Amino acid sequence: MSNIPQLLVHDHKDNVGVVVVEGLKAGTEMLCVVTHDNSSFKITANADIPIGHKVAIKDLTEGDTVFKYGEDIGKMVGSAKQGEHVHTHNCKTKRW
Amino acid sequence: MPLDFSNQTINAWRRENGRVGVRNHVLILPVDDISNAACEAVSNNVKGTMVIPHAYGRLQFGEDLDLHFRTIIGTGANPNVAAVVVIGIEPEWTKIITDGIAKTGKPVTGFSIEQNGDFETVRAAGWKAKEYVHWATELQKEACDLSELWVSTKCGESDTTTGLSSCPTVGNMYDKLLPHGIYGCFGETSEITGAEHICEKRAATPEAAAKFKAIWQAYNDDVIFAHKTDDLSDSQPTKGNILGGLTTIEEKAMGNLEKIGRTSTYIDAMGPAVSPEKGPGLYYMDTSSAAAECVTLMAAAGYVIHTFPTGQGNVVGNPIVPVIKISGNPRTLRTMSEHIDVDVTGVLSREQTIDQAGDALIDMIIRTANGRYTAAEALGHVEFSMTKLYRSA
Repeated sequence: MSNIPQLLVHDHKDNVGVVVVEGLKAGTEMLCVVTHDNSSFKITANADIPIGHKVAIKDLTEGDTVFKYGEDIGKMVGSAKQGEHVHTHNCKTKRW
Repeated sequence: MPLDFSNQTINAWRRENGRVGVRNHVLILPVDDISNAACEAVSNNVKGTMVIPHAYGRLQFGEDLDLHFRTIIGTGANPNVAAVVVIGIEPEWTKIITDGIAKTGKPVTGFSIEQNGDFETVRAAGWKAKEYVHWATELQKEACDLSELWVSTKCGESDTTTGLSSCPTVGNMYDKLLPHGIYGCFGETSEITGAEHICEKRAATPEAAAKFKAIWQAYNDDVIFAHKTDDLSDSQPTKGNILGGLTTIEEKAMGNLEKIGRTSTYIDAMGPAVSPEKGPGLYYMDTSSAAAECVTLMAAAGYVIHTFPTGQGNVVGNPIVPVIKISGNPRTLRTMSEHIDVDVTGVLSREQTIDQAGDALIDMIIRTANGRYTAAEALGHVEFSMTKLYRSA
């Protein structure tokens, strides 16, 4: 089990990753894999985060651009420290 | 070792116009909503027929009527259909449909209800339907080249796992099979929004890019602006997308575009239910992102197999086109695996590469073309949804 990642990140430019296991608990040291080149790192989850949801892999503050797929996918409208949940409560499109 | 598809054949039906079909339906096709009952009665009386009831076909006009005719004719003309009984309320529009389908060379007969009533129409249409079933069930399959398949794609109930696993699986399939000469198709104009600048760059020619951009701009001007909203956020991402972890329309659009792979480029951008006209290759079609509407339009354009990545678990099927479901979400595989044909959860656990997942999908396309029922077929999912452009007269 130890080689199965809890978090996948598309690109090195990204500042969020995606939880890919069910039942992730706060305090879990997550194996994070960057799918672009299969490199890995570890961070700790700071909340119970559902499968498919995003986690900040760097400290993010209001106004920061959120990168996923190496692309701008929106902006922070709240803050999230590394390991915290990033979703509709703190992240929004820049379009409207 | 990479699989070699250059000599891969499938056993399928070659139609009168040379196209290859992977199903052999005898359709009972209503021109309009009020002919549904007669069509359903014929289909009840004659086994081995497929009836496609739908909601529209009266008092439509202009571009909306053109799309209605194109969708009904295209559905009957699809190579997965052997023969068609058409029933409409009156003879003139019924004839437009039968004449359109007859261009393929396949058997088609129209019946109209006015001055006959449902009883007489069902009797006469029933005899013709029975004749077609006997004829169609004796048609033999033959070896056809895999490259003769037309394979469309659209994802549904997307989440972050689709962008990581099932959508790039479809993209890998296209990167491998388009060079062999298949026709591909992707669309979902509202779901491209957020990555339209990237989609524009994936055109093979400046003309195709300009056509895509014009379609995308028209959608934004005519649909979004005309309906007095500058915000799709109540429906894009959908509530299901958001539950699955998708936050913004840009994020959803990036995942969607994974379906066209790394190297594939589209050679044309076309209207809904329009058949491709520039030969083998990948096409962009202007469609809704609603699953049944989109699959219905691509089937009407002549595509014979649909590949459908899903994250949270969309269950859509189609009456005439097998819809192959691909999912990488382990929760969806745990809770609703009866709907999934290709399990790519190994991509998320890093036990399967995208290349291997693409090969697994191609294998499933071949098996489906050879006759394997998809999950949607086995479960009776026959959703057929007409796209309506504006109110009827």
